[in-house]
Amino acid sequence: MQSSVPSFYIEPSTRWSSLGLRELWEYRELLYFLTWRDVKVRYKQTALGALWAIIQPLFMMLVFSLFFGRLAGVPSDGIPYPVFTLCGLLPWQLFAHALTSSSNSLVASQNLITKVYFPRLVVPISAVLGGLVDFAIAFVILLVMMFYFAVVPSWRIIAVPGLVLLAMLTALSVGVWLSALNVKYRDVRYTINFLIQFWLFATPVAYPSSIVPEKFRAFYALNPMVGVVDGFRWSLFGKPDPGVSVLVALIVIVPVLVGGLYYFRRLEQQFADIV
Amino acid sequence: MSNCAISCEGLSKRYRIGSSDAHYKVLRDVITDAAANSFRRLRRVARNGSGKPHSQTHPGFIWALDDVSFEIEAGEVVGIIGRNGSGKSTLLKILARITKPTRGHALIHGRVGSLLEVGTGFHPELSGRENVYLNGAILGMRKSEIDRKFDEIVAFAEVEEFIDTPVKRYSSGMYVRLAFGVAAHMETEILLVDEVLAVGDAQFQKKCFEKMREIGTQGRTILFVSHNMSAVRSICEQALILDKGRVVAQGEIDRTVDEYLAQFSSSVGLGEVVETNTFSVTRVDVTSGAGPVIKTFDPVQVRVQFIPKADIQDPGVYVSFLTMDSRRLTGLDLKDFVTVAPLPAGEPAELGFTIDSLPLMPGSYQVEIHLKDMAKRLIEFVPQTFPFDVAETEVYGGRKLDSWFGNVGLKAQPLDSISLKGAKAER
Repeated sequence: MQSSVPSFYIEPSTRWSSLGLRELWEYRELLYFLTWRDVKVRYKQTALGALWAIIQPLFMMLVFSLFFGRLAGVPSDGIPYPVFTLCGLLPWQLFAHALTSSSNSLVASQNLITKVYFPRLVVPISAVLGGLVDFAIAFVILLVMMFYFAVVPSWRIIAVPGLVLLAMLTALSVGVWLSALNVKYRDVRYTINFLIQFWLFATPVAYPSSIVPEKFRAFYALNPMVGVVDGFRWSLFGKPDPGVSVLVALIVIVPVLVGGLYYFRRLEQQFADIV
Repeated sequence: MSNCAISCEGLSKRYRIGSSDAHYKVLRDVITDAAANSFRRLRRVARNGSGKPHSQTHPGFIWALDDVSFEIEAGEVVGIIGRNGSGKSTLLKILARITKPTRGHALIHGRVGSLLEVGTGFHPELSGRENVYLNGAILGMRKSEIDRKFDEIVAFAEVEEFIDTPVKRYSSGMYVRLAFGVAAHMETEILLVDEVLAVGDAQFQKKCFEKMREIGTQGRTILFVSHNMSAVRSICEQALILDKGRVVAQGEIDRTVDEYLAQFSSSVGLGEVVETNTFSVTRVDVTSGAGPVIKTFDPVQVRVQFIPKADIQDPGVYVSFLTMDSRRLTGLDLKDFVTVAPLPAGEPAELGFTIDSLPLMPGSYQVEIHLKDMAKRLIEFVPQTFPFDVAETEVYGGRKLDSWFGNVGLKAQPLDSISLKGAKAER
């Protein structure tokens, strides 16, 4: 019987530990339930419920269309501006929501962290996944808008899931850093809004990346969201060609994510004591 | 290797105690801390080099656990006993892998289920059904396992009709029953239970105890923390006693608990002085005149020792006896008995009572003190209560009674048995 049960060794904090991905996999059901809870609870006791998932991007689209598209005359690569910007807004909002909620996730679940053991990475990951349902709802609206403006998607639409994954990985790569830092330094909470506003301007949501001068493009593409948003437009409209920006995004994200995971695992051992 | 479920060696846990706002840091503090820490690390190395144990704490740190070693065999049901702050909860948290020890290590064979709080992760907006699944997943149960146990859990919690109602509409009793129901149906080899049974009404508590006892007979290993001595005695076979972060005794439950009670309960000393505006309370004692342990109907003395910070014209003291959940049972006010001579500032003084016969049933109680100067209409509440235990004994000469029998002991005699057919009864 002794051999059939697992054994655990408890020892003081170590400086570096493995990522514990296998254990994370064992807790996949918890990941599912926490994500499901977030989705389920989000619009409880709201009058409009899941409509909020549509209202937010639609209003942003209206505001952007009016001020950037109409008044400022920002170009949109020959695509009707509302569709153009909505197509950028969807991955952007998925990203922004994922980043905000994952960064705050550990602090928000301190009652769990101080009372139960589970791999703590479940918390920020489930926070990132929680935005998927909103995205799916809003994506349907985008398709309706494209139909209305007679924009026909190409076969490249099959790239969308991959780009969604890329957007979420970008959010997670920053989110694991910030969530762990937030446990230690609550300054992080105040930085997130600022960071996201700044990031929005550095991402081609309201404007096409083609207006960025050629010589700055490579530098510009260091922002992984450039690859994501351009990739999105490419997969739905066939232009602009995202070129290497998706590749650059991957190259940027992987070290940030891996570094973040290790940092998280290292700090994780103290979460229950300092949160 | 023996049939060992848990073996700990030298487990120690240090906590930082700082100002209350030091819970989390602000970036600016890091720079100053970094300098201070490297200095501290040097000192720590120096101290450990000399082989001295670390019970003498660095100011700003406290050793919640200090060099704790023990072994628990598989299938044992062990009660962990100790006063508040003795390290019980810290020990459970380390064994549950919620927090890491500062030193030492432990080896655990078997899956560990921990119940440190009832209803961890319950969400008020979700229905009972949804919360069962969510809470189960949080406690480490598989969905298939919850599916299988679902009906049993709901039946145990007696919330069948409300299972699809959001738990925010539940009464607190229903909430607790459902939450405990989920946890009680975990199937781990090892179960860690903190003071969670002190919730709900008496009937439900009894049900929980029965469930715990049932789990204990299934050959699973249980570590059970409770202040309720009778609960510990009825569920556990073994006891592990902690005091100030150290193991002071381990062994068979009745003997160990008795020794523990004899050691700690007859006198309630104070680690430090408790301050009010006008008084420094140095010691509060509850002692039995009949032996080392306080028993029901013993003659008992309550002494309050303090140093006035100002001259006290008309000193007074009010001693209240409370249950552990702070219900006031009775009290004594000195002014109803005597007028005390003035007390000069700075000189140690003692006030108190002798109680001819303490009418408290076995269990844990606490004493609350108010110190007064009637001349200035000054009444100061001593912001700490002083616990004491009344030992489990054969109060009325028959079986051993415990705290299930209430709080008040009655000095009683049975009526002579008489036949009502006969002549007038004589007493």
